[in-house]
This record gives sequence, C-alpha cells and structure tokens, in this order.
Amino acid sequence: MNETFVGMPAFPEAAQKALGNGTLRGNLRHATHTIRAKRAAAVAEVSDWAELREAGSRIKEHTLRHLDRYLEQLEESVTAAGGTVHWAADAAEANRIVTRLVKETGESEVVKVKSMATQEIGLNEALEAAGIRAYETDLAELIVQLGEDRPSHILVPAIHRNRAEIRDIFRTAMAGWGRPAPEGLSDSPAELAEAARLHLREKFLRARVGVSGANFMVAETGTMVVVESEGNGRMCLTLPETLISVAGLEKVVPTWRDLEVFLQTLPRSSTAERMNPYTSMWTGTTDGDGPRAFHLVLLDNGRTDTLADEVGRQALRCIRCSACLNVCPVYERAGGHAYGSVYPGPIGAILSPQLRGTASEIDASLPYASSLCGACYEVCPVAIDIPEVLVRLRERVVEGGPAVREGNRVVLRPARGHAAERAAMRAARWIFTHPDALRTGQRLASRARRLRPRTLPGPGAAWTRTRDLPEVPAEPFRDWWERTRGGKEETK
Amino acid sequence: MSDRERVLGRVRRALADVPEDDTPYDRAIPRSYAREHGVRSAEETVELLAENLADYRAVVHRCAEAELPVLIARLLAARGAKSVLVPDGLPSAWLANADPVPVPDRAESTPYELDAVDSVVTGCAVAVAETGTLVLDGGPGQGRRRITLVPDHHICVVRVPEQVVASVPQALERLSPTRPLTWISGPSATSDIELNRVEGVHGPRTLEVVFAGVIPSVGGAGRPEGTPASVGE
Ligand code: SF4
Repeated sequence: MNETFVGMPAFPEAAQKALGNGTLRGNLRHATHTIRAKRAAAVAEVSDWAELREAGSRIKEHTLRHLDRYLEQLEESVTAAGGTVHWAADAAEANRIVTRLVKETGESEVVKVKSMATQEIGLNEALEAAGIRAYETDLAELIVQLGEDRPSHILVPAIHRNRAEIRDIFRTAMAGWGRPAPEGLSDSPAELAEAARLHLREKFLRARVGVSGANFMVAETGTMVVVESEGNGRMCLTLPETLISVAGLEKVVPTWRDLEVFLQTLPRSSTAERMNPYTSMWTGTTDGDGPRAFHLVLLDNGRTDTLADEVGRQALRCIRCSACLNVCPVYERAGGHAYGSVYPGPIGAILSPQLRGTASEIDASLPYASSLCGACYEVCPVAIDIPEVLVRLRERVVEGGPAVREGNRVVLRPARGHAAERAAMRAARWIFTHPDALRTGQRLASRARRLRPRTLPGPGAAWTRTRDLPEVPAEPFRDWWERTRGGKEETK
Repeated sequence: MSDRERVLGRVRRALADVPEDDTPYDRAIPRSYAREHGVRSAEETVELLAENLADYRAVVHRCAEAELPVLIARLLAARGAKSVLVPDGLPSAWLANADPVPVPDRAESTPYELDAVDSVVTGCAVAVAETGTLVLDGGPGQGRRRITLVPDHHICVVRVPEQVVASVPQALERLSPTRPLTWISGPSATSDIELNRVEGVHGPRTLEVVFAGVIPSVGGAGRPEGTPASVGE
C-alpha cells in the first residue's frame, strides 16, 4: 500500500515544529481568517442553507447505505456512454491500472488536474517510476510540485507559502520543468498567475493524456463533474485524446437532480463564491468534442473499511470543501503538514485513521489532534459530526476492538502502553497546553456545545477525568458583550 | 477474484447493518430547500444576472437582437482581434460586420491552431442569475468545449429574458446530461496565492457577455436605443 507521507512523526512533534515556524503560522493565519469571513458572507446569502445542508447530508448518507447498487448503476451508465470503468481495491492496483493505460497510449507524459485521490495513492511517484512524467497544472499544485513540497490544505495546497516564497520557487524551479519564469518576475499575484499561464500552456497544447479526479459522479446518467477555478481542469479534460479519471467510491450521487444541492453548497463553502469560475460535466465520450477515450478508475483504498463502521462512515460524505480546515484553531496553529497525509485538518483527523488504520503513531495520534470544539461540524456543508467520529476513533485507539482492515474483520489490540498510545497522549497534551488553540474555537464551540461529549466512553472516560477536558462556556464573553453591549441591554 | 468483485463484496459486507426495507431514495431526501431565492420579475432576474456577472469581472453589454452585428464588431475591434473562432450554427448575421478573419470550429484543428486565434463568439444554453453563470452545452452556436477555453477573449451572447433562469436547480432542469457541459462564472481565476482571487489564469482572461433582447434596464430608463450599457469595468 502506498502511503504518501511514510515516516511522518506523530502529530504533536510535527505540530510543534510548525508552531516554531513564524512564516508558516503567519501565512496560514492570514489565509484562513480571510476565507472564513468570506465564506460566512457567501453562506448568509442563501436563506435556505440549513435545508441545503440537510439535503446534501441525506443524499450522501443514502448513497453510502446503498453504495453497491449505485456503483453498479454508475458503471453501467458510464459504459453505455462510451467510457470504460476499472476497479481498484487499493492504491497499488489503481497505480498499476493508470500506468498501463498511459503506456498503452505510447505517451510518456500526462497533464493532471488537482485530485486528492491521485495524491492519496501517490500516482505521480508511481508514474515516475514507470518513466512517465506527470505535470500538475493547478497553480497551487504547481507551486507544491516545483517546490518539492507537500500539500498542506485540501483546496489550496500551497496555503503555507506566501507570494514572495512562490516567486522564489518559480524563479529557481520553473526552468527545470519547462518554460522558465519571465525575467524580473515580481511577487504580485497577477504576475505569478501569468508566469504559471505561460509555463503550463506549452504542456496543455501538446498533451495527449489527461488525468483528473472527480467531484461528483452521477449514477443514473454516468455524468462526471469537475469543479475548478483556473481553467487548467478544462484544459486537461478537453484537449487530450485520452482522459483517465481516478475517483473514490464515495464520489457517486444517485441522480442528476442531486447536483442542484452540491453545486450550491460546494462553491460557497469552499472558495466562498456564489459559483466557481468553471465546472465541467461530461458523460462518457462525445464524438468530435474532447477525448476519444475515457477511463474511470473507481478507488477503494480503505473506503470500504471506513464504510464498515456505522459511526465512522459519515466521513465518506465529505465533499472536500475545506471549510473545516479554515475554522479549525488546531489546524491554524499546527499547519497542514502536521497531519501527515493529503487530508489535513479536522476531516483528515477522522479520514486518515480510517482509511489507513490506527496502527502507526501518526494515525493513532490524529484523533487527538482536536479540542472537540465543534466548529468543523458547524460549517460542514454535509453535516459530518467530526467530534463524534473523533471520540469514536479515540475509543478505538485506547480500547481496541473490532474493525475492518482491507476488507477483513480484525480485532484491534488496545494501544495501551504502546508507542501509538504515547503518541496519542502527546497529541492530546499538545492541544491542552496550547490554550490559544482552544480559545479561538470557543465562539463556534459554544454554538455546537451540545455535540461535545462530556467524557469519553469506556476506558477513555477514566483518561478524560484525569486530564481535565477544559470546559466550554455556554456563551463566550465576546458574544455576551456584543449581544448585550456590556450588560446594558441585558434587562430588555 | 477481480478487483470489481472484491470491492463490491467489501461494500456489501460493510453494509450488513442496512435493512432490506431501508428508506427508499424518494423518501430519504428532504427537498425543502428553495427552487429559487426570492421573488423576481423576468426583468429583475436579468438584472441580477448582470450584477453577478459583473461582480466576477465579466463585462456586460446590452443591445437589441438587430444591433448584435454592430456591437460584436465593435467589441472585436476594441480588442484588436485579428481572428475569431466561429462555432457551427452561430447566426451568420452576428459576425456580418466584424473585420477579424473567421476561423471555423473544426474537429481537425490542433490546440496550437486554436491558441493562435484571438477571440471566440458563442451563444449559450442557459444563464443562471443567482450565481452569474453561463452554461454552454455544445448546441448550435456554442461549439466544442475547447474553443471557449484556448482563446484569451470570449464574447458570449445571452438571449434575454428567455435564456435566463434564476437558480441552479432551474438550470439543471433545462440541461441534458447527455451533452458535454461547461459552466462559466466570470473569467478564469485563481485563489491559490494567499487566497486572493486573481483573474486570468488558463481560460479566457476577458469574458464579455452580451444580453440580446429588449429588456429595459432597471433604473436605466432614458438610455437611448443602440447605446449598449456596460457594467463591470
Ligand atoms: S468534512 Fe465537511 S467541512 Fe470538512 S472538507 Fe469535508 S465537507 Fe468540507
């Protein structure tokens, strides 16, 4: 199994390192605070947000409960529309399939549009090993690729880089990958975008194979949906002759109509826009328009293991909007890299330990990388109760018990006394000894207060009792002040 | 065992807790959300579309259908376009006055050839007011997906009010999933540098939208016919 960030230190060590990096913290703080405010405004614009959220959550939940049926239907629809469907039980198989498909075209390079699934399986590395070069074309992915870096955010993988750093990366690395950065490149975002446009255009124009992920796949019609901003997605989806899309099983939705919910909630929740600049929808192949061959690789890689847990399965509803990252006080301080996977932040803390299991130190410590403040649940457009799943996973780390790994029922041994437990406890201590990480979450936290478990179940209960889960006040001071103007209006 | 059987088998075992008579799709999804947000006249809906397009830096022009040839010729000239991509089914009158060399949208054209063309003129399938979105479905006058992508300047004609809907749900009702669809909301943009929106990455950096039809602009009474109002710049 290809796990991207092998040898990652456990969460607390990585988080501590990030805290010591002032530039990184500044970049992250600036970016997350900006997007938070914008998102709130974009959400406030639609009066029926609560109903849309409920519908989105139920569509996903229903689909997951009948996933076998919808996957078979999807396969049938895609095939009928001229596409070919492949199934991959794990990362290695998915990489084998994509490598073979690229080789069959006779090409030795592919253009890629940002895709979490292909990062998760380490596709670029697998292709590289087979002599195929994969060019990332999303601006942030390009920054990460050129900087030989790791993604730190779902939506904006280079969120930890500021404009001056980006300019330096472009200046030093672009030439090694193709067209060099223009002479005298400044750090203005417009100039940086222009440099990326020029650098990538030559790659788009000559590309014969495109690789993408998918935001949604419609079972009844076989329609694939990719939501993006820059137009690099459209380039990869329409210019090449062969298109290979790698998508997690959970990306399927039952009907065409279901898109009306997610096309409203996803853009507002992720980039805080009424609508993102470009959305592409295609169904199989179309004569004379776009790729002549379309392959869909359906990826399991731990998803069915996640599905097997009745509490944990809700993590598969995620539409990767990244709103939970942007509000998370722990993410803001720890940085995306500390989560040791392509899925950082609150969603990463519940997804990675389920996709990969809780055997490694990093995965065992992730469920503790949270103050359970509940802000992530509040903003989630598909109402994933992240705190609930975190508690469930803590229980699994501490107590062990039945779980499913790679399709097999297993009984996990309690981590007690093992390195994994120590890593987990260090993560918890890290959270509790950084009161600023707790404080920032409070305002939202008290709104989500009912969600916050008072104690952990089972042996975890003893653990929480001795370790003082800090109380979240019913109404934080600042809210009380704003509401009452310092008590003056209290009597009204 | 194939990976297909393996994966489907895992899914079925994972869902052992789901009862045979689980709530069916039709009853499982509450559809209490709005079909559109607010109540607007057709004119107000068109106005909202103009506002939202402009908010994302598209440039909006208006004219009567008969004035399209003059307006389009003027926009192409102002841009300094030497060549213009022309999709099949575009009303020939639209480009009757235009100077740039017309380049037909052909399956055989290479991306390099498209890259050498300055502008593209298309119609659209539907426009969504609440989100400021144009949807192209490859129908007559819209062309292959790539022709509205590679050139740096896109002029898109929307027939108002008939091609304008208020909301995303209404747009999906009008569209067919069997066609390749491109939803366009403003010129290409990125938020990847410090989460600031910067217009202009890989798609057309200039998007001009022409409302064709007789819709009096709200508060714009007295604007003489034939002087297209532009917002957004
Ligand atoms: S868990 Fe919810 S808020 Fe977080 S990325 Fe997924 S959908 Fe968005």
